Amino acid sequence: MIQPHGGKLVDRVLSGKKKDEAMARAGRLACLAVDSEIVSDLENIATGVYSPLEGFLGEADLRSVLDCSRLRSDVAWTIPIVLDADRKTADRLKIGEDVLLTAEDGRPVAILHLEEKYGFDKGEAAKKIFGTCDPAHPGVAKVLAMKDVLLAGPIDLIQVTPTPFDRWKLTPKETRVLFEAKGWRTVVGFQTRNTPHIGHEYVQKAALTFTDGLFINPVIGRKKKGDFKDEVILASYEEAIKRYYLKERTAMAILQMEMRYAGPREAIHHAILRKNFGCTHIIIGRDHAGVGSYYPPFAAQDIFEDFPDLGIVPMFFRSFSFCRTCGSVVNEKICPHPPADHIQFSGTKIRDLLVKGECPPPELMRPEVARIIMAFKEPFNE
Amino acid sequence: MKKAAIWYIKSGMDKEFTTVSIPTSLHKKIEEHIKGTEYGSVSSYVAKILRESLAKAEPAAEVFSKDEEEKVKERLKALGYID
Repeated sequence: MIQPHGGKLVDRVLSGKKKDEAMARAGRLACLAVDSEIVSDLENIATGVYSPLEGFLGEADLRSVLDCSRLRSDVAWTIPIVLDADRKTADRLKIGEDVLLTAEDGRPVAILHLEEKYGFDKGEAAKKIFGTCDPAHPGVAKVLAMKDVLLAGPIDLIQVTPTPFDRWKLTPKETRVLFEAKGWRTVVGFQTRNTPHIGHEYVQKAALTFTDGLFINPVIGRKKKGDFKDEVILASYEEAIKRYYLKERTAMAILQMEMRYAGPREAIHHAILRKNFGCTHIIIGRDHAGVGSYYPPFAAQDIFEDFPDLGIVPMFFRSFSFCRTCGSVVNEKICPHPPADHIQFSGTKIRDLLVKGECPPPELMRPEVARIIMAFKEPFNE
Repeated sequence: MKKAAIWYIKSGMDKEFTTVSIPTSLHKKIEEHIKGTEYGSVSSYVAKILRESLAKAEPAAEVFSKDEEEKVKERLKALGYID
């Protein structure tokens, strides 16, 4: 089995007596309410999705990530995982003390062992993470809207937050046991925030031809307007897998995390997370984790050159389309026919058809999948 | 060989560094080798090669205890992932 990133699968989920003690102490601790994205980050830290992180980044690690795309320990890390607070709140929290982190409804989620409080330059952070300071970029807008102080230190998770998607929620420990149980020595991870079209299926099955298993890992959480709703993504994939994939070769579980749309940096982040789940390979397509035209189409593939020590093997797919003459999905290396013969897998085109209540042609999307999507009254994020 | 310059990594580079000695002749060879590429220096090239080499030497992941594994398997069965 592949090593977790940084060599150790982090487990900071409290259980048994330790959890009881934490719950008993919770009422006496300084308290900070965090939003659902931070709750997801807390769970991802505690269950090892973000291994080797044991908590929120301190100042030196943040600087190292921004400047070198590595933690101070030299382990590759590209997306800062940080906790922000306003100055007034930060002032009342003392370094060296524990802070109870609660969900917005007041439910205890985790304990932060506060080690540092520090300010940061939001413009600089945005520029380094996203390569732009344009506030129209959703990731930049999020960073610029952050509060002024970052709180850092290891965390312990008191309890996992229930979601409507719990039946698809697996921790890295669970996926690792699952892959072993299925006898998969090599597993390719597929990151998605979309419903499956025929192009996705082609890429997944092409990759699966060279590995033992396929791990479909949709990102569940805050996305941008117009993206498919989480429940639509999951229902459509469930249908596609049931009808068109080998059960003994395919598994799906969610990754609860917000999309940052950081393009190349986020591609590395996605690879690291899938490595922690036990994947040996990851599919990286055109403009992976991109948004608008902020990143060159293959920047998210080129960046892997600079991370020879990632430990997970990227499988690059450049372009693919449906060729009417070949009668199949093709890529630029295998089809001799002119572009006029090709139907592109345009997400926008598929979306427009679905919005109009029309089933996309079967060359673009499985009719069963289209029907599942159209059964939802509002399949897209408002 | 390395591809086009990537703006999103090498912006500040304030990591701590130390010195490693290599033969001057090897240093010269590397200098020649990286000419016209995006490697800014022999040091950055050597760092990449060393990281690559260390990654290949990573030991296999630790195995979970039997108890832990059985507990996880029960959940996986309940969720329908395994029979």
